[in-house]
Amino acid sequence: MTLRSPPRQARVVVSGLLALCIGGAVSAVARAADYVSIAAGEFASVLAGDAQVKPSSVAAFAMRTTPVTNREFLEFVNRNPDWARGRVSRVFADTQYLSHWQLPRDLGDAAFAHQPVTRVSWFAAQAFCEAEGAGGRLPSWLEWERVAAADAAHTDARANPAWRAEILSWYGTASSVILANVGGMANAYGIQNMHGLIWEWVDDFNALLVAADSRSQGDPDKLQFCGAGAISLKDRDNYAVLMRIALLSSLKAVDTTRHLGFRCVIPVFKGPK
Amino acid sequence: MKSPATTHIISAILLLTSALSILIASAAPQFAIAGPTPPPPTTTTTPPSGSIYALKVPLTDHHGRVFTLDAMRGKTALITMFYSGCQFVCPRIIEALRKTESSLPPNIRNRVPILMVSFDVKHDTPEALKAIASERHLDDAIWTLARSDERHTRKLAALLDIQYRELPSGDFNHTSVLILLDAEGRIVGRTPMIGEADPAFVKLVAKQMAATSP
Repeated sequence: MTLRSPPRQARVVVSGLLALCIGGAVSAVARAADYVSIAAGEFASVLAGDAQVKPSSVAAFAMRTTPVTNREFLEFVNRNPDWARGRVSRVFADTQYLSHWQLPRDLGDAAFAHQPVTRVSWFAAQAFCEAEGAGGRLPSWLEWERVAAADAAHTDARANPAWRAEILSWYGTASSVILANVGGMANAYGIQNMHGLIWEWVDDFNALLVAADSRSQGDPDKLQFCGAGAISLKDRDNYAVLMRIALLSSLKAVDTTRHLGFRCVIPVFKGPK
Repeated sequence: MKSPATTHIISAILLLTSALSILIASAAPQFAIAGPTPPPPTTTTTPPSGSIYALKVPLTDHHGRVFTLDAMRGKTALITMFYSGCQFVCPRIIEALRKTESSLPPNIRNRVPILMVSFDVKHDTPEALKAIASERHLDDAIWTLARSDERHTRKLAALLDIQYRELPSGDFNHTSVLILLDAEGRIVGRTPMIGEADPAFVKLVAKQMAATSP
């Protein structure tokens, strides 16, 4: 088995295969989005404790090429009314859940079909991904970070200062700008919108305790939704990624924000031995 | 704002993974409270908004009995998360719970059911949990040590706003917090204080017990 497949070879759309192997019938899985398989490999995370000695091994998985959109989430809500705004349990989502939709089951004029869905809680995002098929879930931090390290040509572009500056520039843009639609240029894995569109939930957001030590060094309130906690991690080169960790580690599972969305991963079909 | 985090990293103890067959009894844990009998739990109805019992968490206790999180419904209860391989912080969690119970007024002393759910789904088998219960002399009448599967453990922690991370050593870095649930499973109090009883938290437990068992 090759650990590091050439990116273009790794780009295999697997949704058709999965529909066949999971349900036996294509109709068993109501999934419209494309998933791209990411081969197993090794990755040096910015999380100090994990990558100090050697890179972490990441098993193969398949990731959605784009974040989940308003339309896709609306279809999910229509199939699962317990996740509609107003019906969802308060332990699963805060009061601002899907508040930018005109009605609980109508996007209205202010939310567009192909914009990434935001104002979704971790529980809601997780429920959506589980409904994508057997084994569906949010990506782990390590899986997300690995895919997010790629630029258009390289699976790990983190050493490229120009690319780092480019992804960092998004964090300085005004948050009042209307969210763009999903899609656009794919990275070397064939995945889109890893940077420059939204923040994204990860499966193990509540495993990111890196802020626990840094928080005690200053006013906790000031570290809630900014990148200040990242500085003490002593890795400014990865500042954009550290900002993600700082945000995720400050969130509770019920929280929703205007720029926080998600994408899913599913298992890779391995086939008979 | 997050509760102040008490985190810790300690050396691994449990190295052997043994294949253990789990005998599953049909009876759920009792979560028995002596004294006045509270109204029977109305588990057939949907829990109110704000109840953590909205999440169906499959659990297996230290006797191998299978139940779900909402088995505690109808009773004021304490819940926390831990793992049995933990040498320093987790014993202090148990101490805090023990002291909280013993600091309550005499009529409700040692009567609040306690559920401790493990982070360590790999090592904390019912047998491992039972060993801890015996070693710490935890009274079956109020203490239940339990484990779930990986997915539900992550979800339960998210529900309780507890952070945890498995380390390469097999240990867990985690926040420690004692949580008070009302009879419907709503979180009515929490304290990060471990090792000792938190006086304010004890008061809250007493108040909640008085409200549910007249």
